[in-house]
Amino acid sequence: MSACLDIRDLSAVLPNGQRVLRSVSLCVQPGEVRALVGESGAGKTMIGKAVLGVLPSSVRIVEGDMMLEGEDLGRLQPKARRTLIGARTALIPQDPLTALNPSRRIGSQMTDRLVRILGWSGERADTRIRQLLDEVQIRDPDRVLKSYPHELSGGMRQRVLIAAAFAAEPRLIVADEPTTALDVTVQKQILRLIVQLQREHGTAILFVTHDLGVVAKISQKVSVLYAGKVVEEAETAALFASPQHPYTRALMAATPRYTDPFASLKPVDEAVLAGLATEIAAADQAWRRPHG
Amino acid sequence: MDEARAPRRGVSPRLWLAGGWLLLALLAAIFAPLVAPQDPLAQDLMLERLPPFWMSGAEPGYWLGTDSLGRDLLSRLIFGGRIAFVVAFAAAIAACVVGSTLGLISGYFGGWADRIISRIVDVWMAFPPVLFAILLVAVLGTGLSSVIIAIAVIDWTRFCRVIRAETMGQSRMDYVENARIAGYGRIGIMLREVLPNVVPSIVALLSLEMGIAVIVEAILSFVNLSISTDDPTWGGIIAEGRLSIHQAWWVLVFPLITLILTVLSFSQFGEALKTRFDPVLR
Ligand SMILES: Nc1ncnc2c1ncn2[C@@H]1O[C@H](COP(=O)(O)OP(=O)(O)OP(=O)(O)O)[C@@H](O)[C@H]1O
Ligand SMILES: [Mg+2]
Repeated sequence: MSACLDIRDLSAVLPNGQRVLRSVSLCVQPGEVRALVGESGAGKTMIGKAVLGVLPSSVRIVEGDMMLEGEDLGRLQPKARRTLIGARTALIPQDPLTALNPSRRIGSQMTDRLVRILGWSGERADTRIRQLLDEVQIRDPDRVLKSYPHELSGGMRQRVLIAAAFAAEPRLIVADEPTTALDVTVQKQILRLIVQLQREHGTAILFVTHDLGVVAKISQKVSVLYAGKVVEEAETAALFASPQHPYTRALMAATPRYTDPFASLKPVDEAVLAGLATEIAAADQAWRRPHG
Repeated sequence: MDEARAPRRGVSPRLWLAGGWLLLALLAAIFAPLVAPQDPLAQDLMLERLPPFWMSGAEPGYWLGTDSLGRDLLSRLIFGGRIAFVVAFAAAIAACVVGSTLGLISGYFGGWADRIISRIVDVWMAFPPVLFAILLVAVLGTGLSSVIIAIAVIDWTRFCRVIRAETMGQSRMDYVENARIAGYGRIGIMLREVLPNVVPSIVALLSLEMGIAVIVEAILSFVNLSISTDDPTWGGIIAEGRLSIHQAWWVLVFPLITLILTVLSFSQFGEALKTRFDPVLR
């Protein structure tokens, strides 16, 4: 069986030639949750956007392949690529407010996609959406479907977006820090919902986060990203049991324990960062040689 | 229930006052032959410079007095409203359609389309608008349609700039990216996702522009470049009133008040409509 998502040696550069993704390889099996961790600016969102085909225009992919369910995205015509991505993937975004169109009702936004992209009938789409709203435990679908986004709370909006993401039965969902913008009390519920729907629907998820606590709870595999480079990749259990890369160890040490959050909150060790800088410089130099 | 509903504002008095005046003026203009107490063109030297109704020497039936040719001022204002409203609607809608379309394209597609359109707007706006209008009418010849064309040709840039900026802001929002991931085409996203979010601004600008068109038309009439018939226009009445300010101040003051009320109402009405149209502010 081919992988759900297979990224090989993906490099992307800014107009000034600086690499934002450094030969990233990453493979997500069908039905698997793959966590992508790293600090702010590591390029986690970039990877998600590359997969979904919405990289900012200033970022250019210069090397590598992305295979979505065995289809090479780079080889497809733009239109065919859009259709494939639209049908097989979905995004659960970080900020549920801006991810919904403020001037359209929730109902029309959700059904629109099924009707216009997948060609479903309006009735079928409506039934499907209500079923999904039920799955994300929205008890008053009539009111929610008639609402505008700003009339709902952040938690409700994120439930709506989760429902929308699963509605078309995508094979892969990119979840980009889906709980960061939410209240702490709501975060857990939302995480639980995502995991629950993921199991029931058998959807693969590329889960972007900077929270190792979340990684431990939901993922089977982890990729640790630093400065656009995957520094370590492992089964989640194995990573926590014996982290191999010094950066991973430092990241774990920097994660606050719930018992005494302040005592253990310390920055990543200087020596580790210096080591990483050398590692990345060496990798860049090795990469530049054949690429002029 | 984890739900927070924004409180809804009632209909603002602003909307009622401005809308009320505009409706009154519009209805009076449409039904001018029925509601005007006198023939606006009928001259009667026996009745020249009659004062408004509350002053001594006023004649019944001539509520706001008469001008130096004995024509009824109220009737002339009512008939003048016809031209004012025709120009306001036609010119503002034309400017709006052209400006908003270009602004939407420029803001959404960016790139060279944006560079070309923005450059044209910059050059366009370098001309002083009133001079530009006078020049245009001088070239096109006087008449209702040249006034409308002149105003639209000058003022589309106002729409273009504002709508471009709003569209750029909206295009950066995540919901646009989501629509692209879902597989919607670019033009579909522009029309179905972005456009509804800039409509409140378009509506406000449109109403404001109608007010501006009324002023520009008055200015052109004032300098005798507007409609070259005998039909009364607000600007024309003001121009005549200015000549007899010492003998009959009302011929100047009433059209000025009418003009100012109308222009203010248009801009207030637009602002109030914007807040009502906007789902977030509503
Ligand atoms: N539109 C853009 N144009 C150019 N560079 C960008 C753009 N957006 C982000 N970058 C750069 O790309 C790098 C990766 O950014 P990215 O948003 O993927 O980080 P991230 O890991 O998602 O961080 P965060 O946890 O803050 O979301 C950063 O160095 C950032 O400065
Ligand atoms: Mg990010």
